[in-house]
Amino acid sequence: MLDKVWIIPALPALGFLLTLCFGKRLGPSRAHFIGIPIVGVAFVLALVTAGQWMARDGALDERGAVSDIQQSCSREATTISSGGAAAGDGTANEGSTAEGGTGGDVVSAAPEATRAAESGGGTEELTRPVIRCLSWWHSGPLQFDIGTQLDGMAVLLLVVVTTISLLVHVYSSDYVNGDRRYTHYFAFLSLFTASMLFFVLAENTLQMMVGWELVGVCSFALIGHWWEEKPNSDAALKAFLTNRVGDVGLMIGVIVLFFAAGQNFSIYDINVMANNGRINHTLLLVSSCCLIAAVMSKSGQFILHTWLPDAMAGPTPVSALIHAATMVVAGIYMVGRLYPVFFHGLSIAGSSINLLAVVGSVTAVFGALLAFVQKDIKKVLAYSTVSQLGFMVTALGVGAWTAALFHLFTHAFFKAGLFLGAGSLSHSCGHSFDMVEDMGGMRKVMPRTFWTFVVGTLSLAGIFPLAGFWSKDEILAGTGGLGNAATGSYYFAFIMLLVAAAFTAAYMTRTIWYAFYGEYRGHGHPHENGSRITVPLVILAVLGAIAGFANLPGVLTFEHLVEPVGAYFPGHEQGLVHADFNLAVAILSTLAAVGGGLFSYLYYFRRSFKPLEGFSGRNRVAHAGKTLLENKYYLDKLYTDIIVGSIKKPIAAAAYWVNQHVIDGVVNGAGKGAVVAGKFVYEKVDQLLVDGAVNGVGSVAESSGGELRRFQTGHVQQYAALFFAAAALLCGVFVLILG
Amino acid sequence: MLLNQFLLLAAVLFCVGVYGVIVRRNGVLVLMSIELILNAVNINLVAFGTSAGLAGQVFALFVITVAAAEVGVGLAIVLLIYRNRRSIDLDELSELKG
Amino acid sequence: MTAAMLAASFDVPANVAFGIVAALMIFSAVRVVTTTNVVHAALHLVVVLAGVGVNFLLLQAEFLAITQFLIYIGAIVVLFLFGIMLTRAEIGKHSGLDNSRRGVGVIVGLMLLAVLSYSLLRSFKGVHLTFGGSVSADNTRAVSDEIFSTYLIPFEVASVMLLAALIGAIVLARKD
Repeated sequence: MLDKVWIIPALPALGFLLTLCFGKRLGPSRAHFIGIPIVGVAFVLALVTAGQWMARDGALDERGAVSDIQQSCSREATTISSGGAAAGDGTANEGSTAEGGTGGDVVSAAPEATRAAESGGGTEELTRPVIRCLSWWHSGPLQFDIGTQLDGMAVLLLVVVTTISLLVHVYSSDYVNGDRRYTHYFAFLSLFTASMLFFVLAENTLQMMVGWELVGVCSFALIGHWWEEKPNSDAALKAFLTNRVGDVGLMIGVIVLFFAAGQNFSIYDINVMANNGRINHTLLLVSSCCLIAAVMSKSGQFILHTWLPDAMAGPTPVSALIHAATMVVAGIYMVGRLYPVFFHGLSIAGSSINLLAVVGSVTAVFGALLAFVQKDIKKVLAYSTVSQLGFMVTALGVGAWTAALFHLFTHAFFKAGLFLGAGSLSHSCGHSFDMVEDMGGMRKVMPRTFWTFVVGTLSLAGIFPLAGFWSKDEILAGTGGLGNAATGSYYFAFIMLLVAAAFTAAYMTRTIWYAFYGEYRGHGHPHENGSRITVPLVILAVLGAIAGFANLPGVLTFEHLVEPVGAYFPGHEQGLVHADFNLAVAILSTLAAVGGGLFSYLYYFRRSFKPLEGFSGRNRVAHAGKTLLENKYYLDKLYTDIIVGSIKKPIAAAAYWVNQHVIDGVVNGAGKGAVVAGKFVYEKVDQLLVDGAVNGVGSVAESSGGELRRFQTGHVQQYAALFFAAAALLCGVFVLILG
Repeated sequence: MLLNQFLLLAAVLFCVGVYGVIVRRNGVLVLMSIELILNAVNINLVAFGTSAGLAGQVFALFVITVAAAEVGVGLAIVLLIYRNRRSIDLDELSELKG
Repeated sequence: MTAAMLAASFDVPANVAFGIVAALMIFSAVRVVTTTNVVHAALHLVVVLAGVGVNFLLLQAEFLAITQFLIYIGAIVVLFLFGIMLTRAEIGKHSGLDNSRRGVGVIVGLMLLAVLSYSLLRSFKGVHLTFGGSVSADNTRAVSDEIFSTYLIPFEVASVMLLAALIGAIVLARKD
């Protein structure tokens, strides 16, 4: 299966085509009979792949690591493997190999392997990524491949994506039942799954871009599922266009890396070259910054996050799948995939601040702040997602790579669970998501939804021993903020993340109060939903609770399975330090979460802070702050009115001017010129010349005829005279000249 | 006797006859001019024929015959013209005028 | 006397006769085409025709000469005179017997004369008449022998043609 892992994205793609072609024929609201089995099979295959990956033995040298790379894929790998033989013989001089530069690589790789074996007290196995590709297009020296790169993080995402997709498929078959475009919905769900899996398994940056764009398109289609209502189509467009802004960064970054790595798209090669200092640091920095722009748009980091809350206009299962668990983590995954580029470009090791960390930290806090003023439960969860993505980006920025992916793993489960829970709430509260107006007291009516939601909340808040605690704590430890061993000393990130953790607990408690406690404020008859909705909730709650045990400190199964070791990933020599479990950090984070939750609890449940109620109404600063949050920091206004407006108005005016004066001027001028030319041609050329010639010919013929006619007098004697004269002339000619 | 003198005489007669055909208005006079031409031709024939037996003379005889026939028919035509138009002025006969 | 001597002694009076006759003929021919009196034109034509007959005699074509006198002068000129009479040509001088083409006619005539005389003088300079074959005393018999043996068919054709002309002339000229 490791060789044929391309089947896993191919299956949902096939499902997409089948649903498009045959979905309607199955009957109304029955298209899930194609989608669910296919995604189910993909899920099983993903588990099989994971099992096979976990069962592999590692090899101790680089040769083994590159032996699983197909010959045609990675050019670095082929040269390494050809030079590996020479290094294995012990000759370490540069002249012994055909490519002297790669010979030097192997020399550095082999000692790394032994060094890795010496440190850590155990044999650290080199990761053997399975890379398969086939050549898609040749153009001179340029080769475009399409293939798969399977290593630990790809396996992780395969499992996560297929699991959440399967659960969302099952949930949707009840939630979206009877919808106007049921078949279409399931077709796009399948297409999204296929695109995300394609993206995850991408072997080169070009393929990654294709997958990136495809998931963007599916997101657009699914957000705008009910596009007949204008706000939904507006939201879809906003999502797509905001992502486009970041995609420019992606494209530039990919291009820079392509040329920096010697015209090579292969991710493995780029990583190896970046990790071994063969790419200029400035180029790495430039491409990192461009790729960070892409991350900011796709993974909803601050400034370009504005599309994510609006994307809640789509159906809730879509929000759960795409905007909580899978698509938004595409940015995280991309950074994780190309980590040496960021690690060396931003000089993550040993620093105390860098762009990734700043962006992530700011997002974590600002997103959390915005969640406090939302009345729509999905928007709360959306801002929560923004905040949690900020956590993941910060983790990557401080060098805690494994922590970021681990948080991605746990977050997918409990956030998807929370979203589906919100959907379950709305499904029975008259399809409204307004928790202030239309919900309340749901815990008595919908117990299963309530308990799964609570478990998800506790996990999100990071309460021991649920999953969120372990992953969030690992991130906090990885910042090195308390002076503990880590890649760098990111104090700013540490403080911001602590604050964000407190806020997370607070706003989630607020949400639970509004939705599940108090009196029912709506107008319907809420009831618990069917098993197709509640069973996925239960499964996700359970996963959200126990997923943390995958990476218990000391055992670190997750880290061993997922984090790569090899020339293509930063290791000890490059300065990547794995932070150990730090009790102080753990206690601090728990205190922050509990403190935040407690504050919210007291404010809402017990009404303890009566004087604070309505504070923003009385205090001008507080009011200004609340208005700022309610207007989402005026970012939407900045984008739509100021930036776009100021560009589009003068451009539109200029374009209009050009159209009226230049283009129409040219056209009118051409017309007028044609008229003048026509007149000229008519008068001078046609009348005088042409008609003159024609008439002239006629008159010449007439006059010459008239002249010639004078010979025809009708007098025979004249004819006789002419005849005799001609005869005399002829005779004269004959006699005188020819005679 | 030189051959030339007869031939030249014939040539002169011929040319005078041609002049007459061209210039004369009266149809009968034109016919007379034609007779001049024919007689010039006869002289030629006979003059050349002296060196070759009697062929020239025989042909001249035939010419005279034909000339007679021609004059007969020609005068009949002139008479007809006279009857139709009360004049035989050839200048008036310009029906072929183009 | 030898034939040559006979021929030679024949020459001088022949030439003189020829000269006189030729001069007369030319004068009369010119008068035919220039006179303003139609009847005079016919009479001048008679002179020309007679001159032609005399020339035939000089050329030792006696039968032809007789035929010429008989037919041409005897019949054809009479025909002409009848024609003049029947077409009420004006008796006496009549101006305007020439049309406007006098110049053209002169030019054409002179051109023809020039060409003819030039070529004749060049080609037949100094050629003497040789009365080849025997100078037959009986020209008539010889001619009739020729006609009815070698030239029988043309003779017959000529007869038929005369018949046709006769009938044609009658048909044309009859009053009905």
